[in-house]
Amino acid sequence: MDPQIRRRIDSALFIVGFFVLWEALCWAFGVSDIVLPKPSQIIVTLVERMPALWPHALQTLYTTLVGFAFGIVIGIALGALIGSSRLAYDVAYPLLIGFATIPKVAVVPIFVLWFGAGTVPAVLTAMIMSIFPIVVNVATGLATTEPELEDVMRALHASKFDILWNVGLPRTMPYFFASLKVAITLAFVGTVISETVASNRGIGNVMMIASSNFDVPLVFAGLLILAVMGILLYAMFSLLEARVTGWAHRKDELSMG
Amino acid sequence: MTSSAAAEHATKHSDFFVELEGVTLNYGRGAKQIKALGLTNLRVPQGDFVALVGPSGCGKSTILKLVTGLLRASSGYVYVAGREVGAEAVRVGMAFQNPTMLPWLTVRDNIMMPLKIVPPFREQYRRKRKSEFHDRAEALLKEVGLANFGDKRPWQLSGGMLQRASLCRALIHEPQLLMLGEPFGALDQFTREELWAIMQELWIKLRPTVLLVTHDLKEAGYLANRICVMRARPGVIIDDAEVPFPRPRTIEMSYTPNFVSMTQRLRELIVTAHPATEAA
Repeated sequence: MDPQIRRRIDSALFIVGFFVLWEALCWAFGVSDIVLPKPSQIIVTLVERMPALWPHALQTLYTTLVGFAFGIVIGIALGALIGSSRLAYDVAYPLLIGFATIPKVAVVPIFVLWFGAGTVPAVLTAMIMSIFPIVVNVATGLATTEPELEDVMRALHASKFDILWNVGLPRTMPYFFASLKVAITLAFVGTVISETVASNRGIGNVMMIASSNFDVPLVFAGLLILAVMGILLYAMFSLLEARVTGWAHRKDELSMG
Repeated sequence: MTSSAAAEHATKHSDFFVELEGVTLNYGRGAKQIKALGLTNLRVPQGDFVALVGPSGCGKSTILKLVTGLLRASSGYVYVAGREVGAEAVRVGMAFQNPTMLPWLTVRDNIMMPLKIVPPFREQYRRKRKSEFHDRAEALLKEVGLANFGDKRPWQLSGGMLQRASLCRALIHEPQLLMLGEPFGALDQFTREELWAIMQELWIKLRPTVLLVTHDLKEAGYLANRICVMRARPGVIIDDAEVPFPRPRTIEMSYTPNFVSMTQRLRELIVTAHPATEAA
């Protein structure tokens, strides 16, 4: 059998096996629904409550993507600045690390204070969660440009912008796309955190209410939705990465698609 | 003196295409200061081919960087095309031991990179005269023996092929000044000799002023009109001699007694020239 297909089958079997084991263990030990619902039950809940869950899922997706888009724009700008200027690196890097270390839950109330509860703090939280990996990766990509290459460009009297545009940024793309995969999942986390704390919409909010009603299967249904959306977006950016930066992994069979 | 003559005097400093006048270069400051280049004078007429040889760390590459304006002299003056370096945009091509091709571009696009940067090609590039440049890149690739490799990616090429491509990139914008920093250093003997022949052919055809830094005395003898021998710490030129052999030169020539005795003399000079700091 083609080893590639074989690997895919193995992977699929393992995932299905995980859920089967979960189901079996719940049966075997008679685990209560309030503690850990069975996968079959989660699916049933998901299908039954889909009409009610759907708008919330869309809200979470929308919030995440908007925050993520802002995160990309600001992340690239900051990364380009930090990666190409020594001074900016020295000044901004410690600040950035300090900022990235702050638990984002602590930031949400501030956003709520400034902008009121709802979509805006969720977008902002998703944004600040996704900025850090993008900045670090873009800056690293730029800072590791071969000095000889820069010499060749400078001897041609290339401007700083020429070098950034023709050498720095393309060189950074593999780092950038690798960071996007990480950042999109973080953006989801940010959105859900914010929805949990201060919103009346979104999957985070649904899960919050469901858990206070001890509707544990619904909580898990929410988790499942988040996981599926996360995987889909991750896969999307992986595909995009393989398309755009194929030159960086010449013989990569591990990339998706 | 009339005012126009004064202006002429103020802008025109040197009759040579490249001139180093009393140049020194120090790295670092204070006690940690390293003298990379001692008092150096060098004059290269337009269209000449000069090789710089010497032990490693003797400041050969420093001279390349000074002439391209990548480094500023600590004292003295560097003139290129009669003006102080950097004052006027002289078209410069560079090739190093490391070919530094951009992996995300095809070989042809890599070679065309200088056309995107250097005026006057830059403006034409924007005006979509790409196809003409395309042909030029193709012609140059053919000349170095890479006729069908334009669409390949750099990592699909061998080291020798990459170095050929690197030469193309250094030459595509018709540079007046060509800087070669041990471009053939990492290649095997046969590839190297083949590239010497290609390099000589291109030089005879295009006639840029060339500064070649190398460790290989045979290479210097084969390619250059003049060989400058340098001593290390601080780097100074201790010998500057014409290479008397006619062009086009051949590999066979490098086995003649005259050629061998020339390289032996150069070798002697380099081996016996101890750094000034060690002698003191």
